[in-house]
Amino acid sequence: MSGTFVGMPAFPEAAREALTDSQLRHNLAHATSTIRAKRAKVVAEVPDWEELRLAGAAVKERALLDLETQLVRLEETLTANGATVHWARDAAEANAIVAGIAKAHAATEVVKVKSMVTQEIGLNEALAEEGIAAWETDLAELIVQLGDDLPSHILVPAIHRNRAEIRDIFRSKMGAAGRPAPDDLTDEPAVLAAAAREHLREKFLRAKVGVSGANFAVAETGTLVVVESEGNGRMCLTLPEVLVSVVGIEKVVSRWEDLDPMLRLLPRSSTGERMNPYTSMWSGIAPGDGPQEVHVVLLDNGRTRALADEVGRQALRCIRCSACLNVCPVYERTGGHAYGSVYPGPIGAILNPLLKGVGHDEQTDSLPYASTLCGACFEVCPVRIDIPSVLVDQRAQVVDAHRGGVPKPEAMAMKGAAYVLGRSRRLSAVERLTGIGMRFARRFGPTAWTGARDLPDAPGESFRDWWLRTDGGRTDGGRNDDQKG
Amino acid sequence: MRVALMVTCINDALYPSTGQAVVRLLRRLGVEVEFPQAQTCCGQPMVNTGYLDEAVPVLRTFVDAFAGYDAVVTPSGSCAGSARHQHSIVAGRSGDEALQEAVAKLAPNVYELSEFLVDVLGVTDVGAYYPHRVTYHPTCHSLRMLGVGNRPQRLLEAVRGIRLVDLPGADQCCGFGGTFAVKNADTSIAMGADKARHIRETGAEIVVAGDNSCLTHIGGVLSRQRSGVRTVHLAEILASTEDSAVAEVTR
Amino acid sequence: MPDARTEILARVREALVGSAIDPVQTVAPRAATPVATRELVDLFAERVADYRAVVERCSAEDLEDRIAAALPAGQVIVPPGLSLRVPDAIVDDGTLTAAELDLIAAVVTEARVGIAETGTIVLDHTPDQGRRAISLVPDTHICIVREDQVVADVPEAIALLDPARPQTWISGPSATSDIELDRVEGVHGPRTLHVLITPPRDVTS
Ligand code: SF4
Repeated sequence: MSGTFVGMPAFPEAAREALTDSQLRHNLAHATSTIRAKRAKVVAEVPDWEELRLAGAAVKERALLDLETQLVRLEETLTANGATVHWARDAAEANAIVAGIAKAHAATEVVKVKSMVTQEIGLNEALAEEGIAAWETDLAELIVQLGDDLPSHILVPAIHRNRAEIRDIFRSKMGAAGRPAPDDLTDEPAVLAAAAREHLREKFLRAKVGVSGANFAVAETGTLVVVESEGNGRMCLTLPEVLVSVVGIEKVVSRWEDLDPMLRLLPRSSTGERMNPYTSMWSGIAPGDGPQEVHVVLLDNGRTRALADEVGRQALRCIRCSACLNVCPVYERTGGHAYGSVYPGPIGAILNPLLKGVGHDEQTDSLPYASTLCGACFEVCPVRIDIPSVLVDQRAQVVDAHRGGVPKPEAMAMKGAAYVLGRSRRLSAVERLTGIGMRFARRFGPTAWTGARDLPDAPGESFRDWWLRTDGGRTDGGRNDDQKG
Repeated sequence: MRVALMVTCINDALYPSTGQAVVRLLRRLGVEVEFPQAQTCCGQPMVNTGYLDEAVPVLRTFVDAFAGYDAVVTPSGSCAGSARHQHSIVAGRSGDEALQEAVAKLAPNVYELSEFLVDVLGVTDVGAYYPHRVTYHPTCHSLRMLGVGNRPQRLLEAVRGIRLVDLPGADQCCGFGGTFAVKNADTSIAMGADKARHIRETGAEIVVAGDNSCLTHIGGVLSRQRSGVRTVHLAEILASTEDSAVAEVTR
Repeated sequence: MPDARTEILARVREALVGSAIDPVQTVAPRAATPVATRELVDLFAERVADYRAVVERCSAEDLEDRIAAALPAGQVIVPPGLSLRVPDAIVDDGTLTAAELDLIAAVVTEARVGIAETGTIVLDHTPDQGRRAISLVPDTHICIVREDQVVADVPEAIALLDPARPQTWISGPSATSDIELDRVEGVHGPRTLHVLITPPRDVTS
């Protein structure tokens, strides 16, 4: 097979470019192998890990299958706790709500806790258009923001950067955004972390408005949960007068006790720790403690589309731990940018098409093919998302979306193959041409296959012909094991 | 027990020696396999590329060919996985209830070779002799879709004369992935190159796996690198005896 | 056009037509941890120390001395309901701003729950622990955990905690893994976490 395949350009081309960056490949291989080992160690500590995964999957599945009730309940409890609940169908609506709140307080800047959903909706850019600066306060987000870069990992958006690169970014860019990096900045991680602490502290101390996402939202109690490491989350959630949390509607869990399996699964899967340094929980407004004006924006932005997909729905269970990225052999080599989305890696390969729908743009359509279906992602996913099965189903949806009209060469090849493989007689006839085909492929010069791989020698006869000629080897006189080249 | 050999389309066309090895091996163990001539392919290339409608006629052929056998044995983890886990999806797509029923009946009877030997025949020592330094690559589908576990290693450990060496990063995918190998050729080759490097590091003469599709990819990279390491299917090692070793040397 | 709320809920309803709620209520397995209090506290101490927090165990009588020894130079703040006296400490009355708190070197608080399996301390910010900002901004956090507050695992902690209260779960000092996925202690939260484990209040005499 060759020629233009469905969805060919996007991921493969981006990946090709990424693969030529040996520094990137080195950074990624180092980082992912470190985190894989850490995860494996702390997961091995939990004897009932598989049951815990089942419990985690069940918590999310129950809430998703009962989502209408759970969302209404969440709205009720949040409101009763003094929070203001907003609903947003899409990114533009959510961004307008957040900007409106900031403007109501005459804020010209907001401090942000790292959140995937605000990246998904492009909140920082939308706020910038309204003249509001959004400061990312997570270390990796800061590196990305200062470096005018794009995130490449869910947990560690700057995973593609090594310490020396980070030092250079801090040196050259911190000054323009606030407190400059100290002159004697080295590339020691502890020194870099200290520089980030100094740089961001003044922003935390003066910020009037904080913006966050949430890892979980408990419908029964109106509690939001943010899981983090550095304390920047605590700063943003505690010090400003006003807090706005943008929460995807899939983040809801029904009951308080549902947090139990989730809080055990997430840190071990994510940073490979028994527990992350800080988890903050708040149920609306706590009088005299923290922000006294609390907003929650419940966001759809494609989630109901994903929910309607019976196979793909399970992707909404995702708790963004990034374990699937860290074990993915494709991600490890291409990095996150190749996926063209804030959600890279195996989860991105299914979530993007589920949120956006397939058949509209080549980039999205290429994502379900960005996998060998090796299954490593499913094996580690704490909420048991069967990513390979969803990938295969998404591929079928991509193909179906392109049925009708002029068939692409791949579709014709598949139809041809279906015809040949539909009858052994036809296959047998084609097999006799295998040798010619292989010789042709070799002569044809570098193709997608032969660019860096040799082809095997074609055998003299097919198995099927051998069986007929020798009665299944019974009349073969022992010369049946020397075929392989 | 009536046992059918599902040789797979790639073995049929490109690696008949693997199919022949299965026949020889099972015959030595007292099992006469039949080869239903109507068989073609499991349909996986279509399913994994997203062409479900196109896979339906292929599945019908598969079901017609293998219905009625007590066991269907195949020297491919990937094709066994396809039969066990994907055929129901294709049958569901067809809307044909008879086909769905037939698949439900047939799927559990499909065994990858090492599963058939260890679980059905209950043997790990198959009486093989193979005097080579060998490293084993567990293919993803055998490892994760089927869960063959250490069955292949147990079978290999019992082979006389063999020197088995551990493969670093063994559970990492080799980068084949069916149409992935051409749709995302650059990534596939990058993965294959890492796999080949690990294989060379072991100093093995032979890399063995339970799937010739992955071995085609790995072998293609190794051969392009002029590494001198050969790829051999698990069935061929298990089928080897002192006689065939002599034959190999004298040939 | 219907409002966003109505439309989103309608989309949800439509998406789930024909899907039954899974009736299975899977119960999460308990974490395997020792049961005897003594062992629990040992495990707790060990696991907190794993995060490179400073962990000390001491009698109730020694507590004030240990606190004094642990305090860095500079001012110290305590919550209004702290059950013991810290000499020269500022007692928080809720009026200090974040910038003012930034000039304070240390805070001493109690805790609500300690989780042995994960080495986690949970604050629920009652008066013995104070509002969230005071245990966040100062660079040293001295936290007193009583042995009877230590539970085995996360499910036990969840069952004890009141969801209506704001909570901070703390597992070691502030840390980041953002540079090459290597853990480094000390970013925005307190860079020193000093945990003092003491016997239950009522059995000391
Ligand atoms: S899909 Fe699973 S493994 Fe991947 S980020 Fe989401 S929860 Fe983690």
